[in-house]
Amino acid sequence: MGKVVIPIGPQHPALKEPENFVITLDGEKVVAAAVNLGYNHRGIEKACEQRTYLQDIYLIERICGICSHAHSTAFIQAAEEIAEVEIPRRAAFIRTLIGELERIHSHFLWLGVAGHEVGFDTLFMYSWRDRELVLDLVAKLTGNRVNYGINTLGGVRRDISPEEAAEIRKVIGALEERTKYYLGIASEETTLISRFLNVGRLSKEDALRLGATGPVARAADIKRDVRKDDPYAAYGEIPFDVITDTHADVLGRTLVRVKELMECYKIIRYILDNMPEGLISVRFPRRVPEGEAFSRYEAPRGEDVHYVKSNGMDKPERVKVRAPTMANAASVAHMLSGGYLADVPIVIAAIDPCFSCTDRTIRVRDIFRGSDSVLDWPALRDYSIRWYRENGLDFSGIKLFGREIG
Amino acid sequence: MKTGKMLPLALKGLFTKPATISYPYQKVVVPSDFRGKLVFDPSKCVGCMLCVRDCPSGAIEIIKVGEKKYKAVVHLDKCIYCGQCCDSCVRQALRTSPEFELAVYDRKDLTVDI
Ligand code: SF4
Ligand code: SF4
Repeated sequence: MGKVVIPIGPQHPALKEPENFVITLDGEKVVAAAVNLGYNHRGIEKACEQRTYLQDIYLIERICGICSHAHSTAFIQAAEEIAEVEIPRRAAFIRTLIGELERIHSHFLWLGVAGHEVGFDTLFMYSWRDRELVLDLVAKLTGNRVNYGINTLGGVRRDISPEEAAEIRKVIGALEERTKYYLGIASEETTLISRFLNVGRLSKEDALRLGATGPVARAADIKRDVRKDDPYAAYGEIPFDVITDTHADVLGRTLVRVKELMECYKIIRYILDNMPEGLISVRFPRRVPEGEAFSRYEAPRGEDVHYVKSNGMDKPERVKVRAPTMANAASVAHMLSGGYLADVPIVIAAIDPCFSCTDRTIRVRDIFRGSDSVLDWPALRDYSIRWYRENGLDFSGIKLFGREIG
Repeated sequence: MKTGKMLPLALKGLFTKPATISYPYQKVVVPSDFRGKLVFDPSKCVGCMLCVRDCPSGAIEIIKVGEKKYKAVVHLDKCIYCGQCCDSCVRQALRTSPEFELAVYDRKDLTVDI
């Protein structure tokens, strides 16, 4: 029988977000897979250039609904580095605390999705029920279940009161019990193990070669975690372990995430026990001095990278975001090949993808001439001006920010 | 290795009450400092427009209605309920409230005087 090529996505029941995977099949076996990104481009980076740093926080936070704190912290860290503003220790502790609560809800969410993708909906229902505990807790601490808005330039916006600290301890205690239960499920339940073992394999060498990050890399026995390698916020002084696993498959990724939850509780308890007194924010200048900075954050899905360039104004000149899914996208294509068609959904889900956070690129495809080309910034600009002129709109003579645009 | 490890929990679920709340029949209680609809105190506002300047989505307008008198208009459809305007206001004229049930039938009704 000949090979069959089937597209999965951009609209497909197995995908939660639109993205396209081209799967080449030989019978049931996947012989080749390609990932096509670019269906969710939202123009957030460009929009950031038109808003002030303060307004950008809320926009950046909405890059992702799950790791919103990761993105806003990464952006703010870069801005703070350019402006040479040091945040109070208490603020760093609160940022870390919210970051870990976010990791808890993200990993619980993932566990449910993974269960759902393999038809184990009982796991999905119960892990999402338990996730509500942490969502309600962050709503109490920050004022919302998602998009917490706790970060601000120069610190955080809300303090943690002793009553809230007690509440956190209570919730963490309950979640810890639940996590132990799920750890038992992940390491003992036969159906789950048979479904996850040796599925979506990614060896240590391949993970390094393809630039995998986060739990995907750690499940391939790569001890890499920004919280340890390049500590930010309060991680430098908090003791915790980087969880790794040697399975290098979906089972390994599951075990890493569930065990990471246990580390989250450890970190949160440490934070509550050692929370320094003092201010929660310091003044931040409206105009950020000229400069550029690069900031890293260990999001629940892996390393999140933000780059901010300032030209001395109140709005950034350039903001660049590299979400963790971008780093793991290359690994997905590799992990899919050699597996079965039925494993495609869980292999994709196992990187905990967040495609709308990832899409940054525009591929310009000339549909008339059928050519693919990459345009740099001036070429893209010339192209758009020419296009508008041909369509009856002439921009020559119009000035934007003091510069001729036509 | 064991099969059916979640079975006891699932069976127990048959006899316990649902984990979900039957909203809207049963009201959801949100924390008191939840970031919902804005509340404005005209007696405190001095018309400095700091809130308007910092709003990330252009959702708030402060309109002069008389000598040293201002009213606030919020576009609830644009508002992202971040509460930045409340933080930016040095007079504490704005604050968020736990009110979150803001759905209406006509989009026009989402522009409100607060
Ligand atoms: S809550 Fe946020 S979006 Fe809404 S009016 Fe205030 S600043 Fe604007
Ligand atoms: S920031 Fe406060 S005082 Fe100033 S215009 Fe807005 S509501 Fe009024």
